[in-house]
Amino acid sequence: MLQVRGLRKSYSGTEVVRGVSFGVAAGECFGLLGPNGAGKTTTLRCCLGLTRSDGGTITLAGLPVPAAAREARARTGVCPQFDNLDPDFTVSENLVVYGRYFGIGRRVMLERVPRLLEFAGLEDKAGARLDTLSGGMKRRLTLARALVNDPQIIFLDEPTTGLDPQARHLIWDRLKSLTASGRTLILTTHFMDEAERLCDRVAIMDRGSLIAEDAPRKLISAQIEPHVVEIYGDGVRDFARDIAPRHAQRVELTGETAFCYCRDTAPLLEALHGYGSLRALSRAANLEDVFIKLTGRDIRD
Amino acid sequence: MTEPLIERFHLRFLHVVGRNFLVWRKLMYASMLGNMADPMIYLVGLGYGLGAFMPTIDGMRYISFLAGGMLCYSAMNSATFEALYSAFSRLKAQRTWEGIIHAPMTAADVVIGEWIWAALKATLSGAAMLIAMYVLGLVHGVRPLSVMPVVLLIGLAFSGLGLIMTSLAKSYEFFIFYFTLVITPMMFLSGVFYPRAALPPVIQAIGAVLPLTHGADLARGLTLGVPMAHPWLDVLVLALYATCGVALSVRLINRRLLK
Repeated sequence: MLQVRGLRKSYSGTEVVRGVSFGVAAGECFGLLGPNGAGKTTTLRCCLGLTRSDGGTITLAGLPVPAAAREARARTGVCPQFDNLDPDFTVSENLVVYGRYFGIGRRVMLERVPRLLEFAGLEDKAGARLDTLSGGMKRRLTLARALVNDPQIIFLDEPTTGLDPQARHLIWDRLKSLTASGRTLILTTHFMDEAERLCDRVAIMDRGSLIAEDAPRKLISAQIEPHVVEIYGDGVRDFARDIAPRHAQRVELTGETAFCYCRDTAPLLEALHGYGSLRALSRAANLEDVFIKLTGRDIRD
Repeated sequence: MTEPLIERFHLRFLHVVGRNFLVWRKLMYASMLGNMADPMIYLVGLGYGLGAFMPTIDGMRYISFLAGGMLCYSAMNSATFEALYSAFSRLKAQRTWEGIIHAPMTAADVVIGEWIWAALKATLSGAAMLIAMYVLGLVHGVRPLSVMPVVLLIGLAFSGLGLIMTSLAKSYEFFIFYFTLVITPMMFLSGVFYPRAALPPVIQAIGAVLPLTHGADLARGLTLGVPMAHPWLDVLVLALYATCGVALSVRLINRRLLK
């Protein structure tokens, strides 16, 4: 559904996308992960023909972008990062008016609206003004709006940023129902739990390049030890320097917490018994650990 | 069945005009009242009040002279407000344009749609002024109706200029410069309130290149029968402002939205 080869993009001399290549097969949910400023949104914009790349080729829904970007967008749905619903219209008017931009007539849209509202869980909000909707409702409406043209491929730029847990779970549920119906999803996110839950395959992007790409489970098993013990409390620095490295494959001290990556946690937890001031949290390694390992712990602004 | 036509003739901008029309329809009465009240108050207040002390101008009463100018002034104002404030809120605050180009629409479709929409609002304001002129008995017969295409052209000229400002604006404050440095001087240099002949020659020369001057000359000629010196030149100047304005806006908005 989407093929990207050697994509490059610079802004005033700074290369923000440096030769990115990936492909997304039909029916797949593909996650593009990366810290702020990694080039995710720019990559998505290039795929949609909304930003002109400096190099590389893109094929979206069988069409070359940017040469046939408009035609490709006619077969695509977009759920943008920032809310751009039309505040001058009601919920259902938003859908009907958006359909116009795809050349879908009012009558056809009015037939589709009930199904779209049901999908978004907004059946009883058809005539509601936009300012009466919660953040989660608006995001669901944006998602429904991305479906007005019944697209086979849908781009989602940080679909749950800024939502509370209940609203996030509802969005995840809707996205799963889209993949279950065979649609292709391409999403960016910096929530690793979201990517792990939804994506068949993820690519981690950093400083304009893809640095890893695989199924979330495979990335975790290939890149990192299976268990993590987080240790904190008085004396954690000494423990992390002197004791932990004997029992863990890797130890990282960040602020007041030591992250110990282990194949087997038993010896480390055993050793901890002698240190009453330390507290420990033992858990399975997850995608966030991989992400941090690959992109570092530095704050990106 | 209309869809193939829209595609074949690149009329996708009509979707943008349609969107704006649907919003306008919701607030139609308030919007029309606002559009009409302001120029009417000027016309009645200045026309009768100030007009009582004025000699005739080119053989007509001051209120008639003023009405011809106000017709263009209200079209200019309508187009300018729509192309600046309303369009800018759709560009920035509401991100409406961003949403539209995520669909199979281009930035040029959006700009051309906004350009035509603002000009249509100007035409509506002009029509309201013309009705007022009929009601006050300042114009008679059907000939004054021929001014309507000119009002549309004035609308296209000022909406094109306004959209250039919008595509450059970072915030609403930016538009104050445009009003202070362009729109307000234009109002006084273009012969809306008094004949341009009353101004010093240098200032007259500046006025001669302004679009509102050419609009006012055409409007007085067509509604009041004032002899027109060079009507086709007037049309040409307005058309130049309109086409250059929209062409430059398309380029600037392309650069801004497709960065």
